[in-house]
Amino acid sequence: MTAVSVGPGFLLLEDGTLFHGRLHGEPPLEGAEVVFTTNMTGYQEVFSDPSYRGQIVVMTAPQIGNYGVNLEDPESSRAQVAGVVVRELSATYSNWRADGDLLSWLTGAGVPILEDIDTRRLTKHLRSAGVMRGILGRGETPSPEVVAQLESCPSMEGLDLATVVSTGESYEWGDANAPHHIVAYDFGIKRNILRLFEKTNCRVTIVPAETPAKDVLAMHPDGVFLSNGPGDPDAVTYAPETVRELANSGIPMFGICLGHQLIGLAFGGATTKMPYGHRGGNHPVLDVATGRVLITSQNHGFSVKGDDTGIPGAPELEVTHVNLNDKSVEGLRHRTLPVFAVQYHPEAAPGPHDAQPLFRQFLQSVEAGPKAR
Amino acid sequence: MPKRTDIHRILVIGSGPIVIGQGAEFDYSGTQATKALKEEGYEVILINSNPATIMTDPEFADATYVEPVTPRFVELVIEKERPDALLPTMGGQTALNVAMALSQNGVLEKYGVELIGADERAIRTAEDRALFNEAMKRIGLQVARGGTATTFEEALVLVEDTGFPSIIRPAFTLGGSGGGIAYNRDEFEEIVKRGLDLSPMSQVLVERSLIGWKEFELEVMRDAADNVVIVCSIENIDPMGVHTGDSITVAPAMTLTDREYQVMRDASVAIIREIGVAAGGCNIQFAVNPADGEMIVIEMNPRVSRSSALASKATGFPIARIGAKLAVGYRLDEIPNDITGTTPASFEPVLDYVVVKCPRFAFEKFTSAKAHLTTQMQSVGESMAIGRTFKEAFQKGLRALETGRYGWEVGARLIDDRLADDSADTLRAALRQPTPERLFQIKRAMLAGFAVAEIFELTWIDPWFLEQLHELIEAERRWSALPEVTATEMRRMKRMGFSDRQLGNLRSVSEGEMRAQRWALGVRPAYKMVDTCAGEFPSATPYLYGSYDEESEAPPTGRKSIVILGSGPNRIGQGVEFDYCCVRASLALREQGFETIMINSNPETVSTDFDISDKLYFEPLTLEHVLEIVDREQPVGVIVQLGGQTPLKLTRGLEAAGVPILGTSPDAIDVAEDRQRFDAIARKLGIRQPENGTATSVAGAVEAATRIGYPVLVRPSYVLGGRAMEIVYDEDSLRDYFERAVRVSEDRPVLIDQFLEDAFEADVDAISDGDQVVIGGIMQHIEDAGIHSGDSACVLPPYLIGEDEQEAMRAHTVALAEALGVIGLINVQYAIKNGVVYVLEVNPRGSRTIPFVSKTIGVPLASIAARVMAGEKLADIGFTEEVLPPYVAVKEAVFPFNKFREFDPILGPEMRSTGEVMGTSESFGTAFYKAQLAADNGLPMSGGIFVSVNDSDKASVTPIVRRFHELGFTVHATEGTGRHLRKLGIPVTRVYKVHEGRPHVIDLIVNGTVQLLINTPMGKRAQKDDYSMRQAAIAHHVPYTTTLSAASAACDAVLAMRSRPASVTSLQEWHSRIERPVEAR
Repeated sequence: MTAVSVGPGFLLLEDGTLFHGRLHGEPPLEGAEVVFTTNMTGYQEVFSDPSYRGQIVVMTAPQIGNYGVNLEDPESSRAQVAGVVVRELSATYSNWRADGDLLSWLTGAGVPILEDIDTRRLTKHLRSAGVMRGILGRGETPSPEVVAQLESCPSMEGLDLATVVSTGESYEWGDANAPHHIVAYDFGIKRNILRLFEKTNCRVTIVPAETPAKDVLAMHPDGVFLSNGPGDPDAVTYAPETVRELANSGIPMFGICLGHQLIGLAFGGATTKMPYGHRGGNHPVLDVATGRVLITSQNHGFSVKGDDTGIPGAPELEVTHVNLNDKSVEGLRHRTLPVFAVQYHPEAAPGPHDAQPLFRQFLQSVEAGPKAR
Repeated sequence: MPKRTDIHRILVIGSGPIVIGQGAEFDYSGTQATKALKEEGYEVILINSNPATIMTDPEFADATYVEPVTPRFVELVIEKERPDALLPTMGGQTALNVAMALSQNGVLEKYGVELIGADERAIRTAEDRALFNEAMKRIGLQVARGGTATTFEEALVLVEDTGFPSIIRPAFTLGGSGGGIAYNRDEFEEIVKRGLDLSPMSQVLVERSLIGWKEFELEVMRDAADNVVIVCSIENIDPMGVHTGDSITVAPAMTLTDREYQVMRDASVAIIREIGVAAGGCNIQFAVNPADGEMIVIEMNPRVSRSSALASKATGFPIARIGAKLAVGYRLDEIPNDITGTTPASFEPVLDYVVVKCPRFAFEKFTSAKAHLTTQMQSVGESMAIGRTFKEAFQKGLRALETGRYGWEVGARLIDDRLADDSADTLRAALRQPTPERLFQIKRAMLAGFAVAEIFELTWIDPWFLEQLHELIEAERRWSALPEVTATEMRRMKRMGFSDRQLGNLRSVSEGEMRAQRWALGVRPAYKMVDTCAGEFPSATPYLYGSYDEESEAPPTGRKSIVILGSGPNRIGQGVEFDYCCVRASLALREQGFETIMINSNPETVSTDFDISDKLYFEPLTLEHVLEIVDREQPVGVIVQLGGQTPLKLTRGLEAAGVPILGTSPDAIDVAEDRQRFDAIARKLGIRQPENGTATSVAGAVEAATRIGYPVLVRPSYVLGGRAMEIVYDEDSLRDYFERAVRVSEDRPVLIDQFLEDAFEADVDAISDGDQVVIGGIMQHIEDAGIHSGDSACVLPPYLIGEDEQEAMRAHTVALAEALGVIGLINVQYAIKNGVVYVLEVNPRGSRTIPFVSKTIGVPLASIAARVMAGEKLADIGFTEEVLPPYVAVKEAVFPFNKFREFDPILGPEMRSTGEVMGTSESFGTAFYKAQLAADNGLPMSGGIFVSVNDSDKASVTPIVRRFHELGFTVHATEGTGRHLRKLGIPVTRVYKVHEGRPHVIDLIVNGTVQLLINTPMGKRAQKDDYSMRQAAIAHHVPYTTTLSAASAACDAVLAMRSRPASVTSLQEWHSRIERPVEAR
């Protein structure tokens, strides 16, 4: 383990609530949205998921770091979170695949960790008061500078983070000779999505978030994928137009998470910020058509407005999945075009694999070819 | 899919008596299932022979049959009650096996009974090793290399391939019974043959050893729409090679990455689908190679299990309750999550805490048994603890075991940690062998400077766990060296689960002083909810655990509350009976408008179900934890007299802290335990006791024994439950007792009592409100004096005790209750010899016979006791007169001798039974027969008996043998006994003793020539012979009696059963025959 500065530290929330603990690493003087996730395994995937960009993540699972970190499990090239809050950070690790310890991995990426926190109290606070901004700091009491910084930190609402985390350049993934070609918009794409496309005989061209529809059409893809990503979907102002144009071309389209929200917006729906979001690996989602329940991996703070009867303002869309806990929209489909999307994460990583068949479903749509409107 | 409307009556099969491998968890699951089905409007028929269970209380099912759980008796229930469906998954392996038998012999089809929850094909595929292995191959999962054998020769072929060490597991047995690890051919032969014997289908699995691999379990549920959820993952600290019931286990899994966990999850989902559990739960075990992650499926149980009870308590997800609802057609998303009250059951619980389960063993009761942990389960109970971290939960779990360790503490002496000396070599050798003490040996090794890496090489315990332990050692060192204790340091230690006692010991101050210091520093626990969702949703259920965190939940409500202290982990002498009493008390007091607060640490029980009490604190039953809760809740009072010794031991400490104790005063409890004070009371009341004395040296003991006259009963004064209690017949044996068993000294006195040979013994349970005492029941022991009351069969009402003596016992009981000022329950043990009634023992508290008496007389004594303790009067409750049932109920004890093969299965003053059964009938004989059958001692209706008794029993045995002869049994006897019987005109075939030549008695047992053994102990010389004979009887399942009274009762039973066909009667029917039905509830 590399030497990391450690000492008393705190998490200050925008409503003034203060949590004291032990801080590892150097906290940037920067506020961030504080969210909690209930995933019991997969901390490395969570911390490297671009959808958590700009967020301080509270782990409700109390023991984090037990199995270390490895080179295979990250969901992007680096740790993405703004900070990590845990009850106990394991001082040692044990796993046959481990390459190192979590603390070094996080602090190496500039991510501070606050431990010894009553994470349950913090979680309950976020649950009842709603997610809010917070800031990590060193010492016992926040300096005026820290307080000022927190106050100036923008709300997640209205924040376009997808454009920030997106790739700067297009790149390819998978076997160049694979029979199907997918163009994936990167709003913060997770690697496991790419791995699963590869497994379903697709090669993927990952393109920057702001790539115009015509450029994509010029690639003559067999399908278009809209990835997950952080931030407020409403703030990705350029996306709905692009989505509409591509969808109307009849190319099969599949969206996950932010991609799902953008499809909802593109066809007239609205999105809303949820009080404390869905983050974890145990959310029950009902497949409206079959009555089957999937246990899903989730990570979103915004959702498409609507319920199992439909999405207001978007008559062309029908709701295919709803969350059984709060009845929110978890999946939608265009009534005539080969376009569908889910709010949850069928690629899991971390989380259960119940929904992975959706990738095959998309493949079937791709195999069926474009469909004229 | 809503619930099914094509079925109306459902038969639920319970698991019968508590045995090793099948414990109180099935009372929990059966009770939950019954409640869930009733709630849905189904009529529930229940069969379970175990009277100590909550599920068999008459209010739970529509018809409750306390009858033997055998195919024949279940068929009788089916014939009579005509259920539409049978739920076989709630009563352990017993229920599953009976259901399979009834499916195969056509009974279910004949009466149109449908198996729900799991069908025959699913059960067969899961249980038959060959079919299971094929099924796993079909879905691409790996099983351990090996195969099934039905003969020893077939097994030999398999072991050629798997090599040694080899794992042998019999099919269709519970708790790994009969299985083991063979390191060589001799052991292999022994274990395979034993396994073939024990497997109901004569099948054993011979497998490649995975010793040292990591072991995991997943609890899985599936509904009829094929939705599957994983309720919980459990990781064993002890690696493969130790039965999961004997391992310390942790939930959730601590050392799996998400990738590995999801592979296991996917496998579990595939397995439950492939096996075809249509609607219900199962438990799946996996082994993982720590070196490369290779995963192997070990087994799957298509039913609720000990692990599912643990998972239910660990997560708040009530598996049995949900399983019952799934079995009648509901989908998971149609069932609410009762803990949150707002979300559906179709989700996977997430934990924001760590749960540790610790097994409790009873090797001290079976002294000749090796305390080696292996693939056959040997523990008799377990504790569970919840903490925010592994370290905290682990230390809490250890102290919840109540074995004198208040956390991860080494024993006071090396021998306490099963070590002969403290050399590094001895430690190394010890660490290689799993035993109950291994974790403490690990601590000694760490203190001696062993590196974690070396300990891992020796134990194969995952380094993560070892490192956690090492952190505890580092913390202790730091704490001991602190110049001054600060709040910060105190909190740091408490967050690692250290008890006040441990912290005090480390700084040489008392527990009390340490607590005072802690309170002064303001370091107090916070209580957090187990809510299934890690705080994501509000929870309506105050299921709580303590932890040294910031925020407490579920604050005191301000209602009048009563704390009920549970009985902690099950152990021999303190089992499910006491949990029964606590549950009854909680239910009764809730009905009376009190808020009830349960404190207990046993995950197997009904009392730790979150809907039994208004509040549940899942905490160790030590003074520290109880005081903190009482201080927080400020109850009206605490009930200590229903949970056995566990709460009683806390009474003084609670009283000293000013905690109000409800019912009988702590001082009165003390009087009953204090020989001198009790003698004074007995003398004043004119109640006779056996002559007795106390000695503090061997010479003193010899002198006392001579004065009293042999035989005498000796026991150390500082232990309870008959530990090390023996009957000695002469001075040599007395001296030998001190050599062998017990050290005597000034501070360790020994009690010596006159032993009343050939006396009858009786137990009386009564209840007192301070003004009035009402007898609950008089139970006559069937075994003679000298056998622990918990091990003796007993009968209510008495069948050989005269009216005068019964009256004397009633009068004594009333006088004692009044003299002691009992408010609540009292149990008195009597001996009757030559018309004189002696008091042997008085316990002013709930006894283990309370559930049996309650079921017999149809009055819930524990409920009434609780109400009396809370201030009501018996007259107001409506229980003012003893109920004399117009039928006979027999209770029989059940023993774990088949698990401790090295131990001589003979009864004595030290209790060794793990459970009990009840048989009820119009006649003593039939009731005794049913009790024997339920205890798995089915008596023969014809055939041969073997008789070999000591000289003093020869006269008394004759009439018994004559009756057997007249019933057409052939009689086989050893030379002396035979000569005596022949002389009196009974034809006898002479049999050799084992050392006399062949064919000897064991040949007769093995060949099935004799079906019943009557064998009374013959003194030391013949002991070895007797021992091997009793061993053979156990192995070949031949009932044996070691007392003449039991032999006589067996004869009555055979006669009764031959004269009338077997029939079944529900408790509700029995109770309706009581002339003056008691209105009390």
